[in-house]
Amino acid sequence: MRYALLMHYQEPGDGELSPEIVAEAQRAFDAYAKALEQAGVLHSADVLRPSDGTTTVTRRDGGLRVQDGPFAETKEALAGIFLVDVPDLDAAIGWAEKCPGSQWGVIEIRPVATSFLDGGWTR
Amino acid sequence: MDTLTDGGKRAAALAARDSYGRLLALLSAATSDIEAAADALADAFERAVRTWPEQGVPANPDGWLLAVARNRLRDWWRSAEVRRTVALDPDLDAPAHLDDLDVDAIPDRRLELMLVCAHPAIDRTMHTPLMLNTVLGFTAAQVGRAFSMPASTMATRLVRAKKRIKAAGIPFRIPDRDALPARMAAVLEAVYGVHVIDWSTTGPQARPVPSEALHLADVLTTLVPGDPEAHGLAALVQLSTARAGARTDGRGRFVPLDEQDPARWDHELIRRAHEHLRAAHAHGRLGRFQVEAAIQAVHCARSRTGGTDWRTLLDLHRVLSDLAPSLGGGVALAAVTAEVEGPASGLALLDALAADAGEPARRFQPARAARAHLLGRLGRGDEAAAEYDRAIALTHDPAEREHLRRQQSALRRREDGL
Repeated sequence: MRYALLMHYQEPGDGELSPEIVAEAQRAFDAYAKALEQAGVLHSADVLRPSDGTTTVTRRDGGLRVQDGPFAETKEALAGIFLVDVPDLDAAIGWAEKCPGSQWGVIEIRPVATSFLDGGWTR
Repeated sequence: MDTLTDGGKRAAALAARDSYGRLLALLSAATSDIEAAADALADAFERAVRTWPEQGVPANPDGWLLAVARNRLRDWWRSAEVRRTVALDPDLDAPAHLDDLDVDAIPDRRLELMLVCAHPAIDRTMHTPLMLNTVLGFTAAQVGRAFSMPASTMATRLVRAKKRIKAAGIPFRIPDRDALPARMAAVLEAVYGVHVIDWSTTGPQARPVPSEALHLADVLTTLVPGDPEAHGLAALVQLSTARAGARTDGRGRFVPLDEQDPARWDHELIRRAHEHLRAAHAHGRLGRFQVEAAIQAVHCARSRTGGTDWRTLLDLHRVLSDLAPSLGGGVALAAVTAEVEGPASGLALLDALAADAGEPARRFQPARAARAHLLGRLGRGDEAAAEYDRAIALTHDPAEREHLRRQQSALRRREDGL
């Protein structure tokens, strides 16, 4: 079963994080991602740029509307996505518990409904 | 490498940490203002580094540091800045108690400091970081590393906790006899937290702390020499640390406790642990940490006797379940029961425990791994294989996962009669 581990946390302000702190967080994420990979459960891991680089696109009101910034302005923003393939929610919770982002943010575990694999959507 | 020099360096590093904690405890005791005391102490250490090489180390270094830090605090209290921002009368509110301190006979108030760090009004997750930061003088970055947290996040949390200690006026005082046991229990828990991360899915795991952090449990036994649980905790920490190196073999493979080579254990640490155990037992008051340490000691005795005394272990695990029931303790009890009374008894106990604990037991890796092992021994191969799959899915340590995979395939080979 595929799960998306969605990391949400407050985005740091300009210059709030020193290079050493960034390097430490990178080391923690490096170890975490390698552990997931060695376990053979990692599909992909993406850490997102801050939400000020976001562009939101919609056509639900008719024509194309392109908007600067995220769809929902919240205090804590989506910061990264780990896509893992584990047998069940218990295993997903186990990995979420060890995600470095859980120390300063929250991890939302969302089961994947269907995936486009080998030329088709899985059922 | 010259081990004598190394030993000397280590002793010097520990002495510096002892001084730091003692001085910080004294400087913050009257006002509960740990931040101001730490700043003043940092100034004093900085000045020592500047002046001692030229002028020589004073006869009483701690007294010198205390005097300098005390002056800094006093200056700070009288400074315009404080008067502008704090509505206090420096003559009335300045920490006058410091003037009466005899720098030649520095009292040890680190127990009070530890009680403050583990005070019920302080967020429980901050008890251990606060102790490492204030009692041993580890920086926010060092503490952060041990807690897998960026230094800035840890620094912010430490500052917040210290502000709370000051604002709430948490006193540097030994509580009275009614309140003391509960407060000491929190201190012991916090010291234990230095060494162990208690993951809800994979159970306890050694925390990556610098080796000097081992010292905190020893410090506590010097502060409360009459507390058997403090000795039990120190013994437990030393016995677990003594075996850490034997947990994986030369090829990085996981080695379970009863297959470890005793020659690879740290026998000096084991000897020191036994001193603590003797000190603890002299008081005749049993507690959770003493029992846990005794369990470890029975395992370590294999290096002398060549075998494991499962019956004694079973008694100890039963006592532990009564004293301090926990999911991890229950799983261990079931495993030891299986050794003494057979796998069927162990499995029955494990399943009863899991039924009681509900959901957390389902994703508790040690419970899954123990169950897989017991099912295998009972010849219930298919169930065991499925349980191994579940255990493996919950295992995050590559060496341990590999170990479970090996057990699973060994089971399959047995089933196939190969």
